Amino acid sequence: MSRIAGRTGEWEVIIGLEVHAQVISRAKLFSGAATEFGGEPNSQVSTIDAAFPGMLPVINRHCVEQAVKTGLGLAAEINLVSVFDRKNYFYPDLPAGYQISQYTRPIVGKGKMVLDLADGATREVGITRLHLEQDAGKSLHDRHPSQTYVDLNRAGVALMEIVSEPDLRSAEEAGAYLRKLRSILRYLGTCDGNMEEGSLRCDCNVSIRKLGAPLGTRCEIKNVNSIRYVMQAIDYEARRQVELIEDGGNVEQETRLFDAGRGTTRSMRSKEHAHDYRYFPDPDLLPLVLDQAWVDTLRQGLPELPDAKQARFVRDYKLTPEDAGVLVAERASADYFEAVAMGRDAKLACNWIMGDLFGALNRLGRDIEHAPVTAAALGELLDLLRDGTVSGRLAKDVFAAMVETGKSAKAIVEERGLRQVTDSAAIEGAVNSVLARESDKVAEYRSGKEKLFGFFVGQVMKATHGKANPAQVNALLHKKLAP
Amino acid sequence: MTALTELTLAAARDGLRNKAFSAREITQAHIAAVAAARPLNAYITETPERALAMARESDARLARGERLALDGLPLAIKDLFCTDGVQTSAGSRILAGFTPPYESTVTANLWRAGAVMLGKANLDEFAMGSANITSAHGAVENPWRRRGDNRPLVPGGSSGGSAAAVAARAALAAIGTDTGGSIRQPASFCGIVGLKPTYGRCSRWGIVAFASSLDQAGPMTRNVKDAAIMLTAMAGHDPKDSTSAPVPVPDFEAALTSDVRGLRIGIPREYRVDAMPGEIEALWQQGIDWLKSAGAMPVEISLPMTKYALPAYYIIAPAEASSNLARYDGVRYGLRVPGESLDEMYENTRAQGFGAEVRRRVLIGTYVLSAGYYDAYYLKAQKVRALIARDFDEAFRRCDAILTPTAPSAAFAIGEKMDDPVAMYLNDVFTVPVNLAGLPGLSVPAGLSRDGLPLGLQVIGRAFDEETVLRIGGVIESTAGFALKPAFIAGGAA
Repeated sequence: MSRIAGRTGEWEVIIGLEVHAQVISRAKLFSGAATEFGGEPNSQVSTIDAAFPGMLPVINRHCVEQAVKTGLGLAAEINLVSVFDRKNYFYPDLPAGYQISQYTRPIVGKGKMVLDLADGATREVGITRLHLEQDAGKSLHDRHPSQTYVDLNRAGVALMEIVSEPDLRSAEEAGAYLRKLRSILRYLGTCDGNMEEGSLRCDCNVSIRKLGAPLGTRCEIKNVNSIRYVMQAIDYEARRQVELIEDGGNVEQETRLFDAGRGTTRSMRSKEHAHDYRYFPDPDLLPLVLDQAWVDTLRQGLPELPDAKQARFVRDYKLTPEDAGVLVAERASADYFEAVAMGRDAKLACNWIMGDLFGALNRLGRDIEHAPVTAAALGELLDLLRDGTVSGRLAKDVFAAMVETGKSAKAIVEERGLRQVTDSAAIEGAVNSVLARESDKVAEYRSGKEKLFGFFVGQVMKATHGKANPAQVNALLHKKLAP
Repeated sequence: MTALTELTLAAARDGLRNKAFSAREITQAHIAAVAAARPLNAYITETPERALAMARESDARLARGERLALDGLPLAIKDLFCTDGVQTSAGSRILAGFTPPYESTVTANLWRAGAVMLGKANLDEFAMGSANITSAHGAVENPWRRRGDNRPLVPGGSSGGSAAAVAARAALAAIGTDTGGSIRQPASFCGIVGLKPTYGRCSRWGIVAFASSLDQAGPMTRNVKDAAIMLTAMAGHDPKDSTSAPVPVPDFEAALTSDVRGLRIGIPREYRVDAMPGEIEALWQQGIDWLKSAGAMPVEISLPMTKYALPAYYIIAPAEASSNLARYDGVRYGLRVPGESLDEMYENTRAQGFGAEVRRRVLIGTYVLSAGYYDAYYLKAQKVRALIARDFDEAFRRCDAILTPTAPSAAFAIGEKMDDPVAMYLNDVFTVPVNLAGLPGLSVPAGLSRDGLPLGLQVIGRAFDEETVLRIGGVIESTAGFALKPAFIAGGAA
């Protein structure tokens, strides 16, 4: 929880988020048209999407299933009866002149989510509701000096609007909420969470108040399309409101836009100019009635979600909650970890993944699904480490070579002769020659300068090209340096 | 031999099967009649080439000994049904030049049954009207005239073109749509049979929407049997319409047993409205007596919410219409009138594209859905609607069907009632409650007014019990022996 220190005292920031998550579905919410991203403009449009006369919507069962699964993943009430309403307004990218949405009776009711905060604390955030609705098309204003082009590929694509309670208190918490929500959606396979492609968009409701005071007037920042921007927009907006009030002004309820270039928000329309959407139940659609047994079946089929997985990793693999949290954020990294950890030292597996592997992925700009080293390959390297074939130090080099060449650990060890030397005679020879060469330092050591020990180890390793078994080197040096 | 245009649908079907004439012959006779009927302005678009091509296919099938339910039978299609490759206007300027790349489910069912399309029938703009005077393609004339008075009369609406075409023998039968009486009232005005099926019986897919929760397609024919034949072909569950009912379609023709013995016929006391002409009251009583002598039992029933039906309807229907018509914005198809800004383009397009009645209803609908008015108007109207449906539920515990007049008057002259929309809306006082409750309603011609104009009686049934409705209608029809024809017969009498 972070507060803003103003001239007149501390202010609390109150944030609620409305997330539009595009449902993973091959067809649209009410038509059979395709939903693929990046198609030629207007190549994925049916006469239903384009609101031709006499066309009627028919609900896509798969999208309903996805919404219910998401509701279950958010520990929310599933409403067995929900209603589709029309939200009426004119805009060229809204072909029917109304959006089919759910207003008074959404498919999913109250739920909750647990946030993992940076300081290791957790916090529960309420979910108000989740409802299904159609996306609009896209207006292209930059293709012609005086005219607007319209691309209806997105028109009618299924969205889940997920509304949080105003339980968030800082930009950081908002960021944590979005990361957690995205993680859950990806685990469930109900939304790919890809903010660059617009599959996840966020409206932020922000207000401020003095501690314990009633809620202030809120502003809504529309359509922010990255977690970083959401955090920037909230920070800017909260400070703007503090300054405004402390300068004797009032916050007007309005809709604002985030300007990513400047990191600021600006007014889009005030409350007086707010649309009157004239919601009413869509007479083309019957109320959506779900069967409890069907909902139960979906519940049973849910995958293990991040919170449960994190708890299991802590319990079964003895990881720290922080490490487990990092691994479970993406299902793919959790799966990767489990594949490596199976039958091996889990802590070691975790360290390798979070250190060397994540480092490599970052450097290469790849995600774990496209990791250059598979879980099996990393497992093989850890096996070589455990049975002493390679030393810890050389294992790092072997891993780097694996990333670079895609070859297996064994192949690299053989090719480059990196097998660890455990032949005690060979090691002893190397130790003896180092001690003979560095007799001055040996004398210093014996007279009490014990930190020279590391120097001797380094010299022996250098002499053996890093291949000597470090434990054996240590033991021998201790023995021979003893007075 | 009787002129082919004088045949009933059933008789024409038999004639084709017996090879008394060919599909080509009966189609050509009708194409000529359609042309001859142009003074009535019953058709917006004539499709003679398509009709002949369809007739050719029918003849080929008939020659092979195949015969589909409606093979070779020429029909008029209300221009609210989208027809693949044939301009569909909904009677509005705003759909100027719009040709759908798809076929409505109901018309597709008809073509699959071998029927032949003569053309697209005129209608009130977006089916909004009770006189067929709001069409952008001009008013339709009723083929009937008052005795000794040659002033043109309205055919009723909104399916006025369909009704006029069938009455004037410019189609063997037609299809219409009925949102508040748009099949039954013009059927009554033009002396033909009109059936509004149960909501959900026929698919709405491909029908230009007026008020989605009320719209329903149905047949308009010269007798009850023809209506049964048509409905059997039109009806059926359609997965493309979420409000279409997954119920089996019976052979409605088989329901016409003429046996109404023991059926309880509800007579709603609230339908004796003020200012109802005595002749309509008398005809109603006549109908009751006919059914009684056929062995049915009239029972007085009460539908107490009746007086709220019209106000509720004129909130719900415009509310849905205001939203359904939002898509006509000049962006994707139909008329676009340019402007300096987007809003100006919308305003220009919709101001020039929509007629006065459509604009009125869009405004009413927008108003009743607006913040601050929604509860007082729309929500309250929906509650009234639920109470009306409950009225009927209660009534149907005591009776098997309900008998009422179809409309409170006979056809009126073009020009009458034009300046008072509320007077016009009163035309639908007996038909609107049926739409609000989603029930089937049938109008059967039963007699003449003092001026010599046809008057219909309405039979209302339980949901999905069109069979009983048709059976009762058949008995009224045969007892009434209504055999009169309008003054205007396309191509002259036989």
